Amino acid sequence: MDEHFLLAVLTLDATLRVATPLILCAMAGLISERSGIIDISLEGKMLGAAFAAAAVAHVSGSEWVGLLAAVLTGAMLSLVHGFACITHNGSQVVSGVAVNILMSGLTVTLGIAWFAQGGQTPGLGEAERFRPLLWPGTEALREVPVLGTLYRELLSGHNLLVYVALAAVPLVWWGLYRTRFGLRLRAVGENPEAVDTAGISVAWLRYRAVLLAGLLAGIAGAYLSTAQNGAFVRDMTAGQGYIALAAMIFGKWRPVPALGACLLFGFLDALAVRLQGVALPGVGEIPVQFIQALPYVLTVVLLAGFMGRAVAPKAIGIPYVKER
Amino acid sequence: MSQAADVALLPPAIELVGIDKRFGAVHANRAVSLAVAAGTIHGIVGENGAGKSTLMNILHGFYQADAGEIRVDGTAIAVRSPEDAIRAGIDMVHQHFMLVSTFTVLENLVLGVKGGWRLAPALGRARRELLRLADEFGLEIDPDAVVGDLPVGPRQRVEILKALYRGARILILDEPTSVLTPAETARLFAVLRALKARGVTVVLITHKLREIMEITDTVSVMRQGAMVAHRVTAETDRESLAELMVGRKVPLGLDKQAARPGDVALAVRGLSVVDDLGVTRVDDVGFEVRAGEIVGIAGVSGNGQSELLAALAGMEPFPQGEVRFAGTVMTPALPGDPGDLRTRGLAHVPEDRLGDGVVGAFPAWENVILGYHDDPAYRRVVLIDRPAILADCAAKMAKYDVRPADPHLATHGFSGGNQQKLVIARELERAPSVLLVGQPTRGVDIGAIEFIHKTLLAMRDAGCAVLLVSVELEEIMALADRILVMFEGRIVGEVAGETADERTLGLLMANAAEGDGDGSR
Repeated sequence: MDEHFLLAVLTLDATLRVATPLILCAMAGLISERSGIIDISLEGKMLGAAFAAAAVAHVSGSEWVGLLAAVLTGAMLSLVHGFACITHNGSQVVSGVAVNILMSGLTVTLGIAWFAQGGQTPGLGEAERFRPLLWPGTEALREVPVLGTLYRELLSGHNLLVYVALAAVPLVWWGLYRTRFGLRLRAVGENPEAVDTAGISVAWLRYRAVLLAGLLAGIAGAYLSTAQNGAFVRDMTAGQGYIALAAMIFGKWRPVPALGACLLFGFLDALAVRLQGVALPGVGEIPVQFIQALPYVLTVVLLAGFMGRAVAPKAIGIPYVKER
Repeated sequence: MSQAADVALLPPAIELVGIDKRFGAVHANRAVSLAVAAGTIHGIVGENGAGKSTLMNILHGFYQADAGEIRVDGTAIAVRSPEDAIRAGIDMVHQHFMLVSTFTVLENLVLGVKGGWRLAPALGRARRELLRLADEFGLEIDPDAVVGDLPVGPRQRVEILKALYRGARILILDEPTSVLTPAETARLFAVLRALKARGVTVVLITHKLREIMEITDTVSVMRQGAMVAHRVTAETDRESLAELMVGRKVPLGLDKQAARPGDVALAVRGLSVVDDLGVTRVDDVGFEVRAGEIVGIAGVSGNGQSELLAALAGMEPFPQGEVRFAGTVMTPALPGDPGDLRTRGLAHVPEDRLGDGVVGAFPAWENVILGYHDDPAYRRVVLIDRPAILADCAAKMAKYDVRPADPHLATHGFSGGNQQKLVIARELERAPSVLLVGQPTRGVDIGAIEFIHKTLLAMRDAGCAVLLVSVELEEIMALADRILVMFEGRIVGEVAGETADERTLGLLMANAAEGDGDGSR
């Protein structure tokens, strides 16, 4: 019993760790898309930010400087995306894919040029990474059954960025639904003309939205290379930007359901790791490849089958051009 | 300005001097000048494309003039954006409402207003002010209703409230009555009078001369981007305004002979149409159209007329009912195929001209054979016969007076009226036995309207069965021999064409028993 309980708690713990970049990216995508700008480039922004974080943390010796570099990288890539599709009314999907391809190549090229380790960045020491934070009282509660384990494994012991991701959800919700900026941001994704005729700049609103998205995607990137792992590895995002996008759509462009979807996908991923090499009753041992494919298969099944009618922001993907 | 003399003591509320605006090759406003006295209702009339909306969008800052000056209360101001206009007290109710349909009334009200970054206090202030304004001007509305759920009339009230809440002293309304029932129009006019009584200056853009005569104090006429006349409404009449708009005499009535109905050409029984969301749009509709008569379907836009037309044309499947036509029967199990229906003599002039009628980017000659491209006359073994089609297109352009008569011009380069003439030429030259026509004169200028109406009557007299769907009551009354009124997908009444009057039809359209607007979608 105890063993199973611990296993369950550890799986949930892993869920949280896997879901963190998904949550940050889903919130980033949500802000951008609620303003009417499709954000396929989450993947590229996160990858670029992960590289920047690891490289700068290595050179400066500080994970905080690395985080700053990651956030700036995310914001800069957002500006590129925004310049193409807000200022010049380009295709948002093409611009996003361009950012992804650019980052996939550029990170490796710069990595080889600067560090000569096959595109990786040098491993970061303990002092250069975001380390788990032990909450007060973890040791004191060690012997308390159930609660002690839950507190030690699930609540305490994560790095700062995990808590940032969790805090981002209510913050984004509050910003979207309880502030004037949020009202306008939602309006510009539904009917930009109404915003324009109300005397508010559509472009400036959308730029702010994509900048916020870049910032959050930047934190997600820093998490990958300076918190969850201790170096940048080529293409280390491995499609998580797309999964986050899917989770956000699965959550129907709403913060809390999007969080739920991220946790679900994270849980499937954590479960897949747990199930490797485990013989299930009646089935026997499942091939590793099958287990590893499971989260992706389930993503497709969930999105296609259980989603219901998702109503996207009405003006999403449409460049705003004054009609004539 | 002639009317400026009447209020010589006060500077005009709005004065436009020498406004000039080009969109590429189109000269939308040519050195336009206009003065509107404070506290009056001023009408601007003109055909489609005369530049009325452009002028008002310049005043509202949505477009910027290439040259010219805007003065408010005698002071020249720079209007570079709607924000500048709103600050100067100028606001506009656009023809297509500028509302966020997923937001509540209150949220829409607050959207353009400055203030703190938290929403709750702003919403509280807006609620109090909304209730006060609603009371003062007779603009009742539920502050918490989601705009997307509201019928058109209340939505327009939200637009007006939005402007008043932002402190508008000069209110521009662009074709405000085009989507309203007669009862809603009367209500709107009552609001405009209340605004005027409290010193608000109103500018009303419309092409309906009857409304100009009813509500305005002064009126300006625009033609081809230029201001051609300013008049005091009481000293002019519809005929002379129409003449000023078009630049020549326009007979306002049609010379129509009595219909000589023949055999039933189109019979509809128990027809229902359900849309993608599962809403029943057409509900158990049945009627007949005989050869040699025009049956008009009147109704406020969105009461199922579009879906009915689409179903009859074979474009929309229907779960119930049957349609008999030229020896065939369409049923849910055996839906009609638009191509097949055409070969059997059914012609269709669709409501949404650019959506369903033509391909805008194609040159005229390609659109003139659209849907008939398999006709042997247009074919040379496997290739299309370009010379033959071009000759055919040129002949149709001449017969239907399409201007410019250039078969190679991209279709969206033609004015709305000339696009419509292309569609009508294509459909009518096939000598159909049944003609379905939706909104034949939407976005079409007065000169072309007259031509289209005469053409439809000629088709009728030649023995064609015509089903006419239009939201323009005047059009229905001028053309139809029998008028069916649709409300919420049902036919709620039939009136003979010669005895129809606007009041009776208006009551049927609003299904008067249910009151103003509540029932419409």
